[in-house]
Amino acid sequence: MLRLFSLFFVLSLFWLLLSGIFSVLILILGINSIILCVFIARRMAIVDKEGHPIHLTYLIGLSYFPWLLKEIVKSNIEVAQAILKPSLPISPRIIHVPAGQNEELGQVIFANSITLTPGTVSIAHEPGRITVHALLNSTAKVLERGEMNARVCLLEGDTLPSFNGSEK
Amino acid sequence: MITYMFSIAAVAILLVMAMTLFRAAIGPNTYDRILAVNVFGTLAVILIAVLGFLKGRPEFLDLALVYALINFIGTIAVAKYIRFNDMGIGTGRDEGGDI
Amino acid sequence: MGSWVDLVACLFILTGSVFVCIGGIGLLRLRDVFERMHGASLIDTMGLGMIFLGLMLFSGFNLVTAKLAIILGFVLVTSPTATHALAQAALHSGVKPNVDDASQNLLDKTLVSERENIGE
Repeated sequence: MLRLFSLFFVLSLFWLLLSGIFSVLILILGINSIILCVFIARRMAIVDKEGHPIHLTYLIGLSYFPWLLKEIVKSNIEVAQAILKPSLPISPRIIHVPAGQNEELGQVIFANSITLTPGTVSIAHEPGRITVHALLNSTAKVLERGEMNARVCLLEGDTLPSFNGSEK
Repeated sequence: MITYMFSIAAVAILLVMAMTLFRAAIGPNTYDRILAVNVFGTLAVILIAVLGFLKGRPEFLDLALVYALINFIGTIAVAKYIRFNDMGIGTGRDEGGDI
Repeated sequence: MGSWVDLVACLFILTGSVFVCIGGIGLLRLRDVFERMHGASLIDTMGLGMIFLGLMLFSGFNLVTAKLAIILGFVLVTSPTATHALAQAALHSGVKPNVDDASQNLLDKTLVSERENIGE
């Protein structure tokens, strides 16, 4: 039930942001279409833990996404340097990365974070393990240190698995 | 000054679009071409946004939003079609149709 | 809105354009599909992100900024998904990545176990 209200709130926000017109007629039309959307989503039974995740610990998420942005910028610069050098100093390889998340949603977040970071693309997935194509030595090392895995586990609300290696 | 910057960005994006089309034309296999078309779509989204600001009509952003949606669905659909020769096939035991 | 905001916006857009160009060069220079995906993700993250950040700074605080933020968030969620789907499709139809032997063995084992999982 909480999820339905949350979905209603998010959809209202989305409508207001996209339309930007605040006349009565448009607002009534908007409320009607939002209620229709919530009803259809409830009939399709997609308002569950996966479809509308309000159970993630978003306070930790507030620290995860800036960290992810920092990693993205760092590896962007590394990959850009490697592409621009005339000798093309790349060393493509396949590595396995353990994914310690309990739910599928956490693993999806982890795999998407891996792919979003340039220099690593997740190419295959089994429960508990993700196969990654890494472009550079440095980007592969960052992933093998396991910090991203630990942080996504925290985001999911699990206990923190220890990751070896130190940050800096 | 910022208008010049929009023009520079638009020219850079058009240049890279040409590179992407070249890759789509010569790409050794089908997946190179799909990747090139995907990147072309992303570049089109950026170009529409920049052009909207260049012309002083930010309403273009709605077009960019729709283009981003279509680009995503299109890439998934074409990848699935090339892989299975069928759009309605199911692969998994529990949930059908994932790639 | 001070002129220094415009200056910072210019800087962001310039950085984004440079990264878009580098991604395009990577798309042409790298050697096989899986390597070119890294070049593509350069455009998707840094190129689009920086240019949109610049546009958001330039337009100030209004609905246009919100729309830009929505597009940015949407692309950041969907582009890795599309890349992953493309990589899966390429792998399962037999495209070999250009890697050393140890990596190739690892990949073959993964593919075999995955085929058993989905029962092909």
